[in-house]
Amino acid sequence: MAELTLVDAINLALARALADDPDVVVFGEDVGTNGGVFRATAGLQRRFGVERVFDTPLSELLISGLCVGMAAQGLRPVAEIQFLGFLYPCLDQLVNHASRLRHRTQGRITCPMVLRTTHGAGIRAPEHHSEATEAMLAHIPGLRVVIPASPERAYGLLLAAIRDPDPVVFLEPTRIYRAVKGEVEDSGEALPLDVAFIVREGRDVTLISWGAMVKDTLEAAEVLAADGIDAEVIDLATLKPYDEATLLASVSKTGRCIIVHEAARTAGFGAEIAAMIAERGLLSLLAPVARVTGYDTIIPLPRLERDYMPSVGRIVMAARNACNFG
Amino acid sequence: MSIHAILPSVEYKMAQELSVVATFEVRRRSYLGSDGTALRELPSFATDRELLVSLYRAMVLARTFDLKAVSLQRTGRLGTYATSLGQEAVGVGIASAMQPNDVLLPSYRDNAALQWRGVKMDEILLYWGGDERGNLWSGPAHDFPFCIPVASQAPHAAGVAYAFKYRKQARVAVCIIGDGATSKGDLWEAMNFAGVWKLPLVFFVNNNQWAISVPLKTQTASQTLAQKAIAAGFSGEQVDGNDIIAVRAAAEAAIAAARVGDGPRLIEAVTYRLGDHTTADDASRYRPSQEVQERWKQEPIARLRAYLVAHMGWSKAQEEKVATECEEHVEGAIERYLAVGAAAPQTMFDHLYARLPAAYSGQRKEVEDRFRG
Repeated sequence: MAELTLVDAINLALARALADDPDVVVFGEDVGTNGGVFRATAGLQRRFGVERVFDTPLSELLISGLCVGMAAQGLRPVAEIQFLGFLYPCLDQLVNHASRLRHRTQGRITCPMVLRTTHGAGIRAPEHHSEATEAMLAHIPGLRVVIPASPERAYGLLLAAIRDPDPVVFLEPTRIYRAVKGEVEDSGEALPLDVAFIVREGRDVTLISWGAMVKDTLEAAEVLAADGIDAEVIDLATLKPYDEATLLASVSKTGRCIIVHEAARTAGFGAEIAAMIAERGLLSLLAPVARVTGYDTIIPLPRLERDYMPSVGRIVMAARNACNFG
Repeated sequence: MSIHAILPSVEYKMAQELSVVATFEVRRRSYLGSDGTALRELPSFATDRELLVSLYRAMVLARTFDLKAVSLQRTGRLGTYATSLGQEAVGVGIASAMQPNDVLLPSYRDNAALQWRGVKMDEILLYWGGDERGNLWSGPAHDFPFCIPVASQAPHAAGVAYAFKYRKQARVAVCIIGDGATSKGDLWEAMNFAGVWKLPLVFFVNNNQWAISVPLKTQTASQTLAQKAIAAGFSGEQVDGNDIIAVRAAAEAAIAAARVGDGPRLIEAVTYRLGDHTTADDASRYRPSQEVQERWKQEPIARLRAYLVAHMGWSKAQEEKVATECEEHVEGAIERYLAVGAAAPQTMFDHLYARLPAAYSGQRKEVEDRFRG
């Protein structure tokens, strides 16, 4: 089995989908000859041809709208938006069309499409390249929002997203594109969507995160273990619809819940999880639910971005506070 | 606009010495004058009396439907509705030039085109009556539903056309938008891509002069809307949108060219919105009634009728028969529409996803329980 980076696992899944299904087409800005600005599509155009892997004009709204038209005809478009900060022209297409085409035609026309884009800060990128606005997307009925946190899950979840009969926004955590490696077998097997993954079992506190922050959360769990605190770490993986059952089962076991995300706090996706646990898991709580998040300010330019992001230390502190509560 | 107006005069002499690297022209197509007289030799299909009568009947049906739909809305039995009053030749002309397996991507005003395509009037009423099931129509399953956000179906049309090209199918995507839509980036992005890939795609602009209350001169400084295609690398043509023979001829030519791989086209059909924007609008707030009265002299149905009477032996009796049949047809559709009860409330969750995710099954059940017996 090969040891791959997360971005290589994305590339492997795309190649697999293209090889398995002639309806799959891959496109976006610079995805062809250049293989994508992060090389997620490297080599695909040479292997599968210019009609299946192609460069679009610099035209994000178009890219998302093309997906809708192609999907309506039964193709399986997998398009790339270079950065989440440039996805906003696609919102009209996502909200008004992709997410509701099945519903508004009562199943007559469906929209199996994947819009891939990057997520998050931490790569010292220019302004607008470090966004974490996933909650905005998770608010759209009819959509799926998926974000992997390891090479293995990147491969399996991307295959699942491409095979899913409904539209998926697939967020790829830029900071761990190359910072994590793992064994990935090109089995063609998809992982389930709408399912959270328990990536570390523990008894004392539940740490819920997604994307690049899962790495920091796992590191925090190791620090806590040295303190004698046994943390359970959950990679949410699918934000919409999310796996309430797995989260509730974990919190009912540990009695403590910390939610970690790099997006700004107010109306972030952590608020949804905290509200759900308050509604359905209150009596199992031994301490208040806590959030470790980015601050309610604009993500700063690279000199301060690390100070904005939740740190291992902040996660550890929040977990200790929960364990020492009362 | 002359070059004098663009360049300061001191630069004029130099500008004259620069070489011309591109020149463009926009042509206009029309066959019937507003009184129905032929302005030039008509295209060959115009000798087919049966076809002309079917086009005429479709326009009368669309107008009858529109008028009845407005009275349904006024009496609280239909939601907001956009008529195609005065623009019937656009929808009918375009749709009549399409093949059944082509794909239509209509705007919210294109009831007439969908009717020609085989969507039943009671289905159209059901949608505008506030029920998604109207879009689950018995017309072409691959045609898009009405697009409510302006111009946002143009990129879909490019995606549909890409699929045709990718699968080497001899099919054409047909996208109808209004004049207001030409101000949106959506249309430009779609045209630009269609030009690059030479897609089998025809854009039709129903230029009815008004985008709700905003007249064309406030919408754009372009001399024509047809010329907007030129920057995307394909041709735009203007057509008299009140002359159904011209609309159909232009549509046939553009669709045929697209079908054989000749790439996209844009047709600007110049017409006039004789009615309000929708039933929620009052055009008298922003538009002089005199202007509307003048434009009634150009309308498409009387024009074709005059031609049929003069050249096809169309009689008063035949005219009355068509009118009566259309009335009956629409009345029947209204009856069927009004007989459809509202769906069960919990069905608002159906067709949200292929399978309702576990996360939302509780909400569906909550609705079901709330409205049970």
